[in-house]
Amino acid sequence: MPKILEGIGCPYCGCSCDDIKVVVSDDGKKILEVENACAIGTEIFLQATSSDRITRPRLRQSDGSWKEISYPEAFDYAAKAIVAAKKPLIYGFGSTTCEAQREAARLMELGCGILDNCASICHGPSLIAHFDNGYPSCTLGEVKNRADVILYWGANPIHAHPRHMSRYAIYPLGFFKGNGFFERTVIVVDPRNTDTAGIADYYLQVKPGHDYELFNAFRMVIYGFEKELPEMVAGIPKQTILEVAGILKQAKFGVFFFGMGLTHTDGRNHNIDIAISLTRDLNQISKWSIMAMRGHFNVAGANRVWCWSYGFPYCLDLTKGNCAHMNPGETSTIDLANRDEIDLFINIGTDAAAHFPIDTVRHLKKHTWITIDPNMSMAAEIADLHIPVGISGVEVPGIVYRMDNVPIQYRKVVDMPEGMLSDEEVLSGIANKVEEILAQEKIGFSITNSHKKIIPAGP
Amino acid sequence: MTQKQTLTMITQRSIEEGIAMEKGKNSREYFNACSVIEMNELDMLRMGIEENTPVRVRSECGEVIVKAIYGIQTLSPGICHIRQGVWANQIVPGRTQSTGVPQYSGFPVCIFPAPNEKVRSARELIFQAVGMGGFTDAKNS
Repeated sequence: MPKILEGIGCPYCGCSCDDIKVVVSDDGKKILEVENACAIGTEIFLQATSSDRITRPRLRQSDGSWKEISYPEAFDYAAKAIVAAKKPLIYGFGSTTCEAQREAARLMELGCGILDNCASICHGPSLIAHFDNGYPSCTLGEVKNRADVILYWGANPIHAHPRHMSRYAIYPLGFFKGNGFFERTVIVVDPRNTDTAGIADYYLQVKPGHDYELFNAFRMVIYGFEKELPEMVAGIPKQTILEVAGILKQAKFGVFFFGMGLTHTDGRNHNIDIAISLTRDLNQISKWSIMAMRGHFNVAGANRVWCWSYGFPYCLDLTKGNCAHMNPGETSTIDLANRDEIDLFINIGTDAAAHFPIDTVRHLKKHTWITIDPNMSMAAEIADLHIPVGISGVEVPGIVYRMDNVPIQYRKVVDMPEGMLSDEEVLSGIANKVEEILAQEKIGFSITNSHKKIIPAGP
Repeated sequence: MTQKQTLTMITQRSIEEGIAMEKGKNSREYFNACSVIEMNELDMLRMGIEENTPVRVRSECGEVIVKAIYGIQTLSPGICHIRQGVWANQIVPGRTQSTGVPQYSGFPVCIFPAPNEKVRSARELIFQAVGMGGFTDAKNS
C-alpha cells in the first residue's frame, strides 16, 4: 500500500513551500506522485528516485574516463588537495541544508580558503545594500494576511517562483484579505512584458538598465517635486509615474518584491539601495515592506549560518583561518577566478559550470575541480573528482531558510541509495581528514599558508 | 559611417528551463529549452533572420550559435532573451562592478543569421571551452 507523506518541504526555489504531499511506494523506495508542488518541484521529486543515479565517488583518469573509488579515498584526495592549495574555494550551498553549510565553514577555516555561496551571483548586491541601508522586511505570512499592494520589480515569479503568487502574495485568502486577488493591486516593473506582467493591474516597461532613474522619479513624487519631473523617465510617461505613485502612497500594507532584474543589471547594489530608500520614504506615508526573491530553497540559510559564525553572509575570505573578512569584488568567486587566484575549486549544491560565465569556468578548470552533487550536472561532468551525495530535502532532512528568513525543518521522504552519504557527512569527513593531515605535519591552524608543501596524489 | 546594430540581451530563468534542468543538462528538453534566443519579430525582419533558424550571437566576450524564435514572453524591439544556462553563459560578460555578480542582463549583443551553423550541445560547449574537447565522446556519465 503506497504511503502518503504530508507537510513535505520542496527543495527548489526560495518559496520553500512546506505543504507538499508525496506518495511513496510501499517499499519506501520510489516516489510515485507529488501534489501541491509546482512543475519544477514535482520534477525534482520524481527525478530523485530515477534509476540512473551515481552512487559512489568517481575520480577522473588521464584518458578522461572515471574510476569508481570509496568515500574514504575521496575524502583523502580532497583533503590533500585542500591542504596543498594556496587558495582553495568552496562555492554553492543553495541546495544544501544549514547543517552542511556549518560543516563547510569548519572545512574552509581549517583549509584557509574562500567560502562563498550562490548569493555571490544572485542577491549578493542586495546583501551589500542591506549593509548600507537596512532591510525593512516582513514575513510571507504577513504578506498573505495583510498586503493590499504587491509590487514586483525585475522579478518574474510565474517562471522563477511558480507558487509565490498563489501561496503567499496575490491569490491566497488572508486573514485581513478575505477576497484574496480581488482586494490586491498588482504592479509589475520589467523591461520584458513577462507572463507576470500579463496579470498585473499596472505594468511599467522600464528601459533596460534605467531602473535607478525610475526609482528616483518615484522618490521625487513622494517628496512633492512632481512638477520638476520630466515628461518621460526611463521609458515611462510622467502621467503613469504619478498614477502609480498615488497607489504606492495609498497602500495600507504594500510589499515590494525585487529580483534579478535589479541585481544582474547596471547599478547592482545601488538599485537595491534606492529601492530600500523608496520603501523607507513610503513608510513616512503608509506601511511598506521589501523582500528579495531568493533563488534556491536554502541560499538564505547559507547567509544566516555564516553571518552568525563570522559576521558575513557571503564572499568570506578565511585565508587567515577563523579571522574572516569580506569584500565583494576582491573576495567574490567570479572576480577571484577571473584573476586566476583560485587553485582549487569545490562546487557543492549548485552547477557552476553551467551557470558561471564560460571564461570564469575556463579559469577555474585550470586547476583541480571537485564537485559534490547528487546529480550528473555539468560541474560533475568536468570535475576531477565527483562525490555524489543524498538529495537535500528529499533524502536528507535538515534546516532551511525561506526567502523571508523563516527557518523550516525539512523532513526526509525516501532513503538515500545504500552506502551513500549526505553533504554534511561528506564535508565533515573531508574536514576530519584535513585535521588529521595538519596534526601529522604538526601545523597549527593559526599558521596560515605554511602547509603548502604537501602535494596531493594526482589522478 | 554606419554603426553596429546591437540589441540588449537579458538572460534569466524560465519555467521551461527549470523543468528541463531537473531532467538533466544533457537531456533533449534542456537543449530545446535553453539553446534558443527569443527576439522581437521586427528585429528578426530587420536582420534578415527567419524563425527557427540558427543565428550567431556575439557579445564583448564571446559568441554562441542558438536558434532564433519569436518572443514567447513578449519582447519589445531592441531587446532579446536567452534563457539562463549553458548557451547564455557563453556570451555573459564576467564584469561584476565590484559586487561579485556578472553582467547576466543588460549587455549589448550583435546577432547575425547563420543558417548553416550547428547548435552545439551543452556538453560540447563546456568540454571544448575547458580543453576537454577530446573527452566529449568518452564514457563520462
